[in-house]
Amino acid sequence: MNNNLKVLVNGIIKENPIFVLLLGMCPTLATTSSAINGMSMGLATMFVLICSNAVISMLKNVIPDMVRIPAFIVVIATFVTIIEMLMNAYVPALADSLGIFIPLIVVNCIVLGRAESFASKNSVVSSIFDGIGIGLGFTFALSLLGAIRELLGTGKIFSLNIYPEQFGSLIFVLAPGAFIVLGFLIAIFNKLQKKEANN
Amino acid sequence: MAKLASSFKNMFLSLSLICLTVAVLLAQVNKMTAKPIADAKAMKLQNAISEVVPEFDNDPTAEAFMMPAGAGDSLLVYPAKKGGRIVGYALNSFSNNGFSGNIQIMVGFDMAHKIVNYSVLQHAETPGLGSKMVEWFKDAAKPSQSVIGRDLSKGALAVSKDGGDVDAITASTITSRAFLEAVNRAYNAYLESKNENSNGVTGNTQSDNTTESATETNKNTEQDKISQEGGDDNE
Repeated sequence: MNNNLKVLVNGIIKENPIFVLLLGMCPTLATTSSAINGMSMGLATMFVLICSNAVISMLKNVIPDMVRIPAFIVVIATFVTIIEMLMNAYVPALADSLGIFIPLIVVNCIVLGRAESFASKNSVVSSIFDGIGIGLGFTFALSLLGAIRELLGTGKIFSLNIYPEQFGSLIFVLAPGAFIVLGFLIAIFNKLQKKEANN
Repeated sequence: MAKLASSFKNMFLSLSLICLTVAVLLAQVNKMTAKPIADAKAMKLQNAISEVVPEFDNDPTAEAFMMPAGAGDSLLVYPAKKGGRIVGYALNSFSNNGFSGNIQIMVGFDMAHKIVNYSVLQHAETPGLGSKMVEWFKDAAKPSQSVIGRDLSKGALAVSKDGGDVDAITASTITSRAFLEAVNRAYNAYLESKNENSNGVTGNTQSDNTTESATETNKNTEQDKISQEGGDDNE
């Protein structure tokens, strides 16, 4: 149990997919124009991660090594398709605003990366914890990025007004803002990590 | 349990089984979500229509028809009726000249050529610039940029840069042009629909347009229903 907790915390901080592993940059940069978009993208990915980690860990012994990648992709694609259909059915507005990036979770290297490097070698329970940890780390990073961009760009967080919109600078909502904010966040995260390591 | 060896038979069986299971699972989920997805889509369309036309009591989506809008384009027209009389048209119009491709809008006209309202169905314009069109052209406090209530029989709309009297979105003239293009296109189809309809009402029922006669018969049966309640077995 203690070990599982460690796996979970590991995913959020030490192996944070965005700030440390720098995986899955495409949805990270593209969908974080607002906090709510970032968070929903993170949660959708987390769902896929947990499910695919669990199933792949269960199947790890019946999948021959030489066909493991296609098998993993089929499993991942299944869960992505399921969540896409569910989102279209029950939260169509959100599905509209995330658009193409939901189906693209299939090719998100975080998901395949965790399947390959963790789930195919560990037990089902710790794979699930790894999925939760990495998923939370991803969600946290995307929400933070989205919140900062939304705040600097439009003066809102989760659509709540903080300051008048005309003082916002549009660049943060556009693509360059994503790179700038992400760069600063990674720098801050690294600084904090180093301090921890030195102590 | 030891890992299966990568023999041809094992690989074939394992992949086939996985794919088969997955197919069954997806078919189930698809069955479950097909109706909610269709409902959500219909709901969205219904909302867009009721947002842009005067109050109505028919089902515009059931009576929708295609109407040419000039230049080889046809638009989907949703007639809004109250008590059997047409009170306005909602038109699903588009422009391919947006800053980032296709723009789909729903525009509503009343029977006096005036724009009641519009709603943007789909666009890929720059967030914070072109995407402002969702609100920009309906700001009642700024009549020079609002298109609500404008009478298009006085001429097509154009942005002030092109000699028109609609203020374009700041830094998004291309989006504004595309938006107005879509509105003007909708107006062409609106005129056609309105002509067809008034022809029908004044007695020229032998219109060569089949959709027109279809709506006409629809209307007749509706009136029949109202006039003779319970007389359904006459048919």
